[in-house]
Amino acid sequence: MTMKDPTPAAVAAPRPAEGLDAHLVVERGSFRLDVALSAAPGDVVALLGPNGAGKTTALRALAGLVPLSGGHLRLDGVPLERTAPEDRPVGVVFQDYLLFPHLSALDNVAFGPRCRGAGRARARAQAAEWLERMGLAEHAASKPRRLSGGQAQRVALARALATHPRLLLLDEPLAALDARTRLDVRAQLRHHLAEFEAVAVLVTHDPLDAMVLADRLVVIEDGRSVQEGGPSDIARHPRTDYIAHLVGLNLYRGEAAGHTVRLDAGPAITTTEDLTGPVFVAFPPSAVTLHRDRPTGSSARNLWQCQVTGLETHGDRIRLALTGDLSLAADLTTVATTELDLRPGTQVWATVKATQTHAYPA
Amino acid sequence: MTPPPPRPGRGGAPLPLLLPALAGLVFLVLPLVALLVRAPWRSMPELLTSAEVWQALRLSLVCATAATAVSLVLGVPLAWLLARVEFRGRGLVRALVTLPLVLPPVVGGVALLMALGRNGVVGRWLDSWFGLTLPFTTTGVVIAEAFVAMPFLVISVEGTLRAADPRYEEAATTLGASRFTAFRRVTLPLIAPGVAAGAVLAWARALGEFGATITFAGNFPGRTQTMPLAVYLALQNDPEAAIALSLVLLAVSIAVLAGLRDRWMTAS
Repeated sequence: MTMKDPTPAAVAAPRPAEGLDAHLVVERGSFRLDVALSAAPGDVVALLGPNGAGKTTALRALAGLVPLSGGHLRLDGVPLERTAPEDRPVGVVFQDYLLFPHLSALDNVAFGPRCRGAGRARARAQAAEWLERMGLAEHAASKPRRLSGGQAQRVALARALATHPRLLLLDEPLAALDARTRLDVRAQLRHHLAEFEAVAVLVTHDPLDAMVLADRLVVIEDGRSVQEGGPSDIARHPRTDYIAHLVGLNLYRGEAAGHTVRLDAGPAITTTEDLTGPVFVAFPPSAVTLHRDRPTGSSARNLWQCQVTGLETHGDRIRLALTGDLSLAADLTTVATTELDLRPGTQVWATVKATQTHAYPA
Repeated sequence: MTPPPPRPGRGGAPLPLLLPALAGLVFLVLPLVALLVRAPWRSMPELLTSAEVWQALRLSLVCATAATAVSLVLGVPLAWLLARVEFRGRGLVRALVTLPLVLPPVVGGVALLMALGRNGVVGRWLDSWFGLTLPFTTTGVVIAEAFVAMPFLVISVEGTLRAADPRYEEAATTLGASRFTAFRRVTLPLIAPGVAAGAVLAWARALGEFGATITFAGNFPGRTQTMPLAVYLALQNDPEAAIALSLVLLAVSIAVLAGLRDRWMTAS
């Protein structure tokens, strides 16, 4: 047997029989989504990315609501590319939940079991159990418009779970909620997802949601997966500006030679790591110190002349956008900002200690 | 006491708009008032309890209702097809569906005769295979009315379907519903008000149908003579009876409007 032309069986053999194994290719006009996804039962995977990156398209392809242009989709070893959405063991929680407005919470949850062949009484009994589990027993008879955002979200989750899916898809599960309920619902959702025994894939543009809810993140930009890994790993070693910005880091790419990294665009940065070849260098905005005059006797190895281009409140600090030798973000206290009399256009010197930077191979 | 603040927009209508507006109102209302003024109120009970009137009214109601039922059974799926399924020539199909809306009803009647008449394209086979004759029968009345009224229903339901969020159907699909189940259990309940409004429109149109009916089904008392035909005929022999019959149709129309208002304007 040659390795060049493996039979389908040979390809399938080394892959896990359980869980999700997908390579999603969807072409629509000039947009192309090309993302590989795999997950074992019990995994919660978050697709994280900016708007228009193709996250929702990936989710819809998994659900069968958009056809694949190429690639494959296997769930527990069963190919699903040609299976109609109604025959896939997949449950979906939609972004705005899409609870059927004419049905009570109970009948919304009973809808799936009914469609999958359960009798009316049995389906309703199952639905009642799910609502009970979600702490919604007393809202069983309520129409969706009488439910709060958090309650509607749980009904939607119960509705998706009631069909016992082997793949649970959640599209921006917390986006429709206000900040206060979001915190509670996020914690509850985390709890329910931890209990779920099959694969869960959620789509979000909020890094906090992704990091709290998922075991693994897949970052999607322009239809491609640009980084994949555990939440803390991605937070510490971002590989694109998008993620660096999300997790609040200044990120640069360059060539390392020992402790010096020559950036692709701009000056060099001195780091503590000893590396060679292409690397990323990252440092948090809080590591930046600003001076009105060129500092003398500072121990900082990294010194750049910059101009303030923007200021915005960021929690209890002020985040400044700077351009010049290097474009970077810096966090200062309100007091420091006032003392330095910083405003757009102000010339400043920025220093960053080598120990505050972090370099890692690209 | 302070006088109430002047309401905005009151008394502010400029004459070039106000005068034609009032003229238009008079133009629409005056004929109906004239009908009431000239109504033979004294002989009304006698006129309206005559067997012919009841026969015509009953036939009208039965046929209009049957035509609406036919329109619902065929028209709602047609509207769904136009709203939800992309296919080549959809624009052409929509134009063809809308055509009876603008076609003079008499032409519709002639066309029906050519299709379903005893020597018609299809009617010939219906006659020789099943012994089925449609023209000049009560069934013919229903067919003529449905032909004219169904486009109203299709257009109205299609509009409602386009406004309804198709993602509810997708949600149903991910829960295991076939496309038909999704339509029956999710879409149909969601668009029910639109379907009902379309049905009322179609029913009213069928009730008043004249041209296609008299051409395709003729004017036989008790069999194909509906109210509008009876009114037209009575006007030539017995104008008082024509007025009385017209008042009955006017009352039915007002009842429909009132029903519409109670059901749909306050409900939503």
